[in-house]
Amino acid sequence: MNVMALMKALPGSVAQGLIWGLLAIGVYITYKVLDYADLTVDGSLCTGGAVAVMMMLGGYNPYLALIGATVAGMAAGLVTGVFHVTFGIPAILSGILTQLGLYSVNMRIMGKSNQAISVDEYPLILSLRDISNTIIVSTIFCAVVIGILYWFFGTELGRSIRATGNNENMSRAQGINTKTMKIVGLMISNGLVGLSGALYAQYQGNADVNMGRGAIVIGLAAVIIGGVLFGKIFRNFAMRLVGVIFGAILYFVVITVVLQLGMETTDLKLVSALIVAAFLAVPYMRGQYYVKHGKKGGKANA
Amino acid sequence: MLEIKEIYKTFNPNTPNEKKALNGLNLTLEAGDFVTIIGGNGAGKSTMLNAIAGVWPVDSGKVMIDGVDVTKLPEHKRALYLGRVFQDPMNGTAADMEIEENLALAFRRGKARGLRWGITPKEREDYKELLKTLDLGLETRLRAKVGLLSGGQRQALTLLMATLKKPKLLLLDEHTAALDPKTAAKVLELSDRIIEEHGLTALMVTHNMKDAIAHGNRLIMMWDGRIILDIKGDEKKKLTVEDLLQKFSVASGSEFVSDRALLG
Repeated sequence: MNVMALMKALPGSVAQGLIWGLLAIGVYITYKVLDYADLTVDGSLCTGGAVAVMMMLGGYNPYLALIGATVAGMAAGLVTGVFHVTFGIPAILSGILTQLGLYSVNMRIMGKSNQAISVDEYPLILSLRDISNTIIVSTIFCAVVIGILYWFFGTELGRSIRATGNNENMSRAQGINTKTMKIVGLMISNGLVGLSGALYAQYQGNADVNMGRGAIVIGLAAVIIGGVLFGKIFRNFAMRLVGVIFGAILYFVVITVVLQLGMETTDLKLVSALIVAAFLAVPYMRGQYYVKHGKKGGKANA
Repeated sequence: MLEIKEIYKTFNPNTPNEKKALNGLNLTLEAGDFVTIIGGNGAGKSTMLNAIAGVWPVDSGKVMIDGVDVTKLPEHKRALYLGRVFQDPMNGTAADMEIEENLALAFRRGKARGLRWGITPKEREDYKELLKTLDLGLETRLRAKVGLLSGGQRQALTLLMATLKKPKLLLLDEHTAALDPKTAAKVLELSDRIIEEHGLTALMVTHNMKDAIAHGNRLIMMWDGRIILDIKGDEKKKLTVEDLLQKFSVASGSEFVSDRALLG
């Protein structure tokens, strides 16, 4: 392994980790807070990127483009929510349907499968040409998003969403409209995914119809790595989200190391899948071990 | 206070698992009634409570709470009128949320939930005082996750949550069945106290005949999705388990079949 090349590549992985960290926070909201496995992500990431790039190509301010991307992502979340809540389609299938449909929508938005946007001609907020600027800008975005979410999930509405993910029966008995809460949660989640897609499209200088393929796995990897490694230290909600960002950064560092070891970029999907599987397996297997040996095991409140 | 008219509910209709759970159920409660409900397995006790709470739509019939027809209202809208405690202590609280957060959620039952902060310092003080009355030491653990509490503590907390906003009707669905006898007795005593203090109208399903006789001012027995016995006033006060078994076999034409009820 070429240590020098690795050192050179590391800042790039940190930058990518921060940008994808926003997506990972979106995944955290559905997967952990709402207890909902949402696969819309693979489509809405590209929707965010596509909307942002097309808006900027059309002469809009890049910040306005970010807002547009966020709103487009929220719309995708709304569709998944309506599929699930109003039409009674199972959670995973709802996400898959939206994701599938979004492929066509994304193609319509972009007009072709790839739309480039040059940092030389447009005032992009960040770009892989200037990694240190990217790290600063995306860190600010992550901090602001975490701050807003920390506030939001402390409000009456936010707490009702958390209660819905925690215990639907109890939530309804306390007068919470769990259907609406799920839709709102999905919208916030996919709004963040759209924002992440918009930043990522700027970073790599193009929006591609395939840019979201496997995004859910990367998001889950970040959530799970963050949970396993930092779950014991970071208990506060805001700090848990910081842990998710760290998880995303670590994920991209691992990927960079794997690439430096001589693997092909096409091998990365397999590596990602195995990383997620491994991090999901560890807590489960540990629980099994304790149960078999009759030590403290199972749930604390069993 | 509560009026149930000719409620029918069949689960899994037109399948081999078809179950006629409620068969033309009628019940009227006066304000302040504390009614205990007994009956064998599958008699429709919990089903009746779920019909009132709106867990699913009924096939036909009408549910009125305090003069309001709630038959078509979804579960979360009926929550405005109802306080509910479930059999499974896990069911009534959000395990991953703090004690004070659970109470704050219950305090906002029936109100629109907006972007105000989810709990105020004033509330926190009130909750501390309320938790003190439980005498379980929870007043010092406001920030503890509910998942860390024992089953009995969770049921006591759920009871508090159910009555934090005075409900028109309190529904207790075998809420002591999953607890050990000592804890069950404590939670039952607490239920009695809260119902009396607030002058609540309440329905309590129990599998324990002695409890059904000892508590409340009225006792109903269900069988085959209907009410077959309705005992109140002085007659209820003088009631014994033997009377009840005798009356049941007369009313239903069969033996009382619930081991739990007889052994409990």
